Amino acid sequence: MFKLLPESNPLAPAVTVVVNGRSVAVPQGCSAAAAMLMHGGGSTRTTPVSGEARAPYCMMGLCYECLMEIDGEPNQQGCLVIVREGMHINPQLGKPGVKP
Amino acid sequence: MSSRDADVLVLGGGLVGTAVAYGLARLGQRVLVLDEGDIAHRASRGNFGLVWVQSKGFGVPEYQRWTRRSADDWADFSAELLSETGVASGHERPGGVTICLNEEELERRRKRMEQLHLEAGETQFQYEMLNPAELKKLIPAIGPEVVGASFTPYDGHANPLYTLRALHAALLKHGGRYQPNARVTAVDARPGDFRVSAGGHSYAAPKVVLAAGLGNKELGAMVGLNVPVRPVRGQIIVTERMQPVLPMPTLMIRQTVEGTIMIGESREESGFDDTTSPEIVHTLAQRAVKTFPFLRHARIVRSWGALRVMSTDGLPVYEQSVQFPGAFVCTCHSGVTLAAAHARHYARYVVEGALPAELARFSTGRFNVQAAA
Repeated sequence: MFKLLPESNPLAPAVTVVVNGRSVAVPQGCSAAAAMLMHGGGSTRTTPVSGEARAPYCMMGLCYECLMEIDGEPNQQGCLVIVREGMHINPQLGKPGVKP
Repeated sequence: MSSRDADVLVLGGGLVGTAVAYGLARLGQRVLVLDEGDIAHRASRGNFGLVWVQSKGFGVPEYQRWTRRSADDWADFSAELLSETGVASGHERPGGVTICLNEEELERRRKRMEQLHLEAGETQFQYEMLNPAELKKLIPAIGPEVVGASFTPYDGHANPLYTLRALHAALLKHGGRYQPNARVTAVDARPGDFRVSAGGHSYAAPKVVLAAGLGNKELGAMVGLNVPVRPVRGQIIVTERMQPVLPMPTLMIRQTVEGTIMIGESREESGFDDTTSPEIVHTLAQRAVKTFPFLRHARIVRSWGALRVMSTDGLPVYEQSVQFPGAFVCTCHSGVTLAAAHARHYARYVVEGALPAELARFSTGRFNVQAAA
């Protein structure tokens, strides 16, 4: 559904991250939310209120629609987290669970 | 005789006022609720939401019985509100625990529970003191610093905001009327004949019920009732919605049906200041994390302060004015717990025109005893 803008640098070095359990290459410097949009299944979370599917909206830290689980930590604003080599990015489904 | 605006004027539109007003309307009374504006202190909008029995009435069996009666009525009351209005109060009664973090707390708790048991009379009061292993079976999420807890099956909780909304809707459905922005400025009182000035209008009725929380002190003086209530601040923290993890409420921490976890039960004398303070919020959070270590990872979404309506001895105040019969006061700091009793019983007493002997312990005469020198 989403693709990189033509003006983005095609020569930017790639970083390997794990989106939904699948290793993918994304441009260095991109956000976890962007990585999810490029390689995820469209929606990136479901709301804890109604269970409805949601996806990143503002991409600038304000709308909180891009909450996702990053390296096991729930409630991360994916649009504000820059990808790192080996990062695990998963959708956040419903209410966060309770960690022991 | 003047034209009358209602059979009963209820002064105050919070949980206490609307519970009594709904009860009155259900009995066929013409009811008008006069409510202050949004500058009112609104304890009903800020409270914790327990329907709680196990800390009420040490040394005052009448209070234990009255509380129990309301808690026993709550499930039916909640079902009735749901069928009347379609609004679910979120009431549940899975039992409840008071969790202790050291031996001293546990010993004090044990004594309190013994006392309630001894004072219960025919109501009976069953409880269990649980060790950490037993408590863990009920609530697996407790931490290693927990030394024990008291449990009773009588405790539960509800959503105070949905309860308030349901009471308002049920009141209107039964023909009751609600007048907001009507702060009472004067009451012209005669026995069985009251003219209440509020929001630029005057309303007449043969009966009034004072249910204005902290405002009852000033209103009481207008109808010959001494109502010494003062604000006692409580601060509350609420987390994000989380997966169900607490199967029953505790005195300080409960998980709502929506999934948020509420942390509360602080007590401070802070006058009419209803803000929060970092020290108290810190103390609450620290105790919460000791009790349930998983809360270390929970996101706090909000915290707030609210003012409890506290009488000198902490008990409710129920009385009909001797000087001006027809004027009743109904005030307490447990507007959620006692909502069922107020709607079902207190309202009936107002219609009958007399409070029963079982409520005599809550009359204002108790405030007139002079302190020993």
